[in-house]
Amino acid sequence: MDNNYKVLIGLEMHCEISETNTKVFSSARNSYSDVPNSNIRPVDMAFPGTLPVVNKEAVKKALMASIILNCKQPEYMYFERKNYYYPDLPKGFQITQETKPAPVGIYGSLKFNCNGEEKEVRINNIHLEEDAASTDHYGSYSTIDYNRAGVPLLELVTYPDLHSAEEAVAFLETMRSIYQYAGISEADSKKGQIRCDVNVSIMDKDKDESKEENWGTKVEIKNVNSFGGVRDAINYEIERQIELKHTGNYDEMEQQTRRWDEELGETVYMRSKVDAIDYKYFVEPNIPKFKISDQWLEEIRKNIPELANERKEKYMNQLELSEYDATILVKEKSVSDFFEDVLKEGVEPKIASNWISSIMLGNLNKLEKEIKDISLTPKMLAELITKVTKGEVSIKQGKEVLLKSLEEDLDPIKVIDDLGIKQIGSLDEIKKIVIEVLEEQPNAIDQYKNGKTNIIDFLVGQVMKKTKGRANPSTTYDLLKQELENR
Amino acid sequence: MTYMNKGIKEIHEALQSGKVTSRELIQESLEKSHQVQEKCNAFVTILDDAKEKEVTSDLLSGIPYGIKDNYSTKGILSTGSSNTLKDYVPFFTATAIENLSKQGAVPVNKTVMDEFGMGGTGTTGHTGIVRNPWDTKRMCAGSSSGSAAAVAAGVYPYATGSDTGDSIRKPAAYCGIVGYKPTYGMISRYGLFPFASSLDHCGALTRSVEDAAIVVDAMKGIDKLDMTSWDSSNIHLYESLNGNVTGKKLCYVKEICDIANYPNATEELKEHLQNFKNCLEVCRSLGMEVEEVSVDKTLLNALASVYVVISCAEATSNMSNLTGLIFGPRSEGRDYIESMKDYRTKGFSPLIKRRFVIGSYVLQAQNKDRYFHNAQRVRRLLVDEWNKLFENYDAVILPVGSGPAKLLEKNDDMLDKDTTILEEHLQIGNFGGFPSITIPDGFVNDLPVGVNITGKCYDDENVLNIAYALEEKLGYKGQIAKEVA
Repeated sequence: MDNNYKVLIGLEMHCEISETNTKVFSSARNSYSDVPNSNIRPVDMAFPGTLPVVNKEAVKKALMASIILNCKQPEYMYFERKNYYYPDLPKGFQITQETKPAPVGIYGSLKFNCNGEEKEVRINNIHLEEDAASTDHYGSYSTIDYNRAGVPLLELVTYPDLHSAEEAVAFLETMRSIYQYAGISEADSKKGQIRCDVNVSIMDKDKDESKEENWGTKVEIKNVNSFGGVRDAINYEIERQIELKHTGNYDEMEQQTRRWDEELGETVYMRSKVDAIDYKYFVEPNIPKFKISDQWLEEIRKNIPELANERKEKYMNQLELSEYDATILVKEKSVSDFFEDVLKEGVEPKIASNWISSIMLGNLNKLEKEIKDISLTPKMLAELITKVTKGEVSIKQGKEVLLKSLEEDLDPIKVIDDLGIKQIGSLDEIKKIVIEVLEEQPNAIDQYKNGKTNIIDFLVGQVMKKTKGRANPSTTYDLLKQELENR
Repeated sequence: MTYMNKGIKEIHEALQSGKVTSRELIQESLEKSHQVQEKCNAFVTILDDAKEKEVTSDLLSGIPYGIKDNYSTKGILSTGSSNTLKDYVPFFTATAIENLSKQGAVPVNKTVMDEFGMGGTGTTGHTGIVRNPWDTKRMCAGSSSGSAAAVAAGVYPYATGSDTGDSIRKPAAYCGIVGYKPTYGMISRYGLFPFASSLDHCGALTRSVEDAAIVVDAMKGIDKLDMTSWDSSNIHLYESLNGNVTGKKLCYVKEICDIANYPNATEELKEHLQNFKNCLEVCRSLGMEVEEVSVDKTLLNALASVYVVISCAEATSNMSNLTGLIFGPRSEGRDYIESMKDYRTKGFSPLIKRRFVIGSYVLQAQNKDRYFHNAQRVRRLLVDEWNKLFENYDAVILPVGSGPAKLLEKNDDMLDKDTTILEEHLQIGNFGGFPSITIPDGFVNDLPVGVNITGKCYDDENVLNIAYALEEKLGYKGQIAKEVA
């Protein structure tokens, strides 16, 4: 990248609120993976005479997001109509919020971590709106699924405070984590729950970024649907704009909207800012303004669940885990929840952390599975760990058992039984074999007596060989040592 | 013996005593429907297979009534008198109609209106013009034209209406009956095809204040499907009618009622205003105080424009769902945009298209503050002005329109500039959501004229009671249209 330029990136992040029972202005179920056009009430298809009714739970979650983002909450809640025609918008308008009157949140900021460095981004606003239906286009026809029409959607708008694709993605990951931890959304981009518009501009590096007149021409890239896409689109756009500078065509570039073509790996021109749609906003008359009481806000604030950064601190300070391990554990809420459930079964934090962060996540990665796809429960993992710590199963075997149970969706206890890999638990049995081995290895006894104490490892190996690994190594070690001392 | 020309209580008593059955009432009402259809073209649909309902202690049980065609009725064609919905049969019923059904009311027809309520003449419905039963060369006004015509002609004791500017209260006056729109949100709008949501009211057309109270008592109630509805369970309109109005204070606005405002006044207008003056004397004779008040003329002059701007803006947006894609007759076209354009071009009448153009224009970013926001500011000023009047007075009493029903021939839905305020002042009731009722107050050239009483929000009982006492004294209660021309 050309170092003469500084990049300014602003994001508009749309995230569906998935954790409400019903849609935002409709009593239809808010649920993703159903049969197309099954979660619909008349209002979702704009039948004449239907009216929107605000879902208080969705407002509550939106206000929670607003509080977490350190935004100012409004005294009164209003909704607005954004008028435009598109087949995915049956009413011919979307119910949303504008910055005037105030949306659920305005003028906030969020600190986040990017490659170990703390960054801060200012939030212009966050608002609650309804999602449109989803459309699929085929050769000669298109299909519309109104299940998504009316699903609550949070749109977050940042200031152009981000300076690289990495920062943008780190911010988005932080937001995803917040939405997940706060119980607002699954925030799963594979389900189309997260969609982003990205604003990119470049400016001369030596100029003052805090002065808006120094900014370059803003290019908006619409509908980028994955974090990878955000990264690639930004990097492509930066290169494209720098290239325009080099060829002397930058000044001709107009403020414009482009779209990200994932297959081409390019941003493609859509329209000039001059052709921007006039949405003819006005206050939705069917939703009376309602007061957001301080008491309600306080109640929401108090009920914000523990977020990733708080859990991370807890893991480091109270559970004495390393920052590295804590970071891995809290990255996905599902992993952190799994970890905490394993702790509840009485497993030591450090041991649980090792099993989960290094062994289990490694396996899942290999198997291309996610924690929510597996049948292994925290209790099952805890039982397996206990067997290993008690010495009933060796660590090596334990790892094999875990992999197999993740791979084949089996209970680890069943895997142990099936493989017959129970360790020889009884002392007498091991002692018998220890004596056998010592009788076969008289030289080793002499060497031990002569001070070569590490010969004991060789003897442990011999016992393991005889038992095909079924003897507990530390018990074997202790018994061997005892026997050698006695001779 | 006929019953459909009687009041609800009398019909109810006849039903209860077994003098007549619900079946017979329906029969009578259907026969009259067909007669009135021939003469006035008042109905989009006549429900010839209407079934009788059990007669209970509920006053409306077993009694026929009419539904304006912008109320969604499950399984029954509901067109809003528009070609865009000419084949639309809804699968859900408006809350207000559900409420009437719970009382055992029997719908026998769906009435013609101005297309989607956007007109005041009864001439813009897709099934043709509605004629006034008093004189078929004249209009009923609108938009609840068919409902007004049918009630006036004695098809049944009541019909539902809706009122965005004066769509219940003006046709009531032209047809010599009672038209009442209660406080905004008292009746749920769920299932009412919207025109301008912030101004739309449900209400009723009847031949007496008592019947209006009975019907709205049944239609009203908080509805979880309409956030603007409110709990009115402590309001009992019918029970609170007692006719005792001694000491009540009314006012009328000089700038609207004084004949001196109209230098080019026709004989009709002069008679109408004189008649109104007489009506005020009747009020005084009932023990009410009546005073003249003055309101800034500039504010009143802005009224009609405010209404046009706000109602057109909301209507443009409200009717964006009419694309012919999900419901309504789908049009041909190469793609969805073409088919949508074709559907809307062919489906809407020119009057509606004009309003859409106005609505879009006033909402455009560069015009919004000048037109839409200013209109909202003036709306607020007018409402504040009227609320100030309500601090001192129980109600504002004003004449409806500039005289009796207008001739259809001369009409082009354009207003005479001189009498604009007189024609449009009822819209203030929609701006403020005020309870407002029109009752007949006499005749001009043998045609009925009306007077309107409007009070402060939630004070419906008081407003109706004043109208009830006045109606009793005026003596036009229960009148049926006699063809005069």
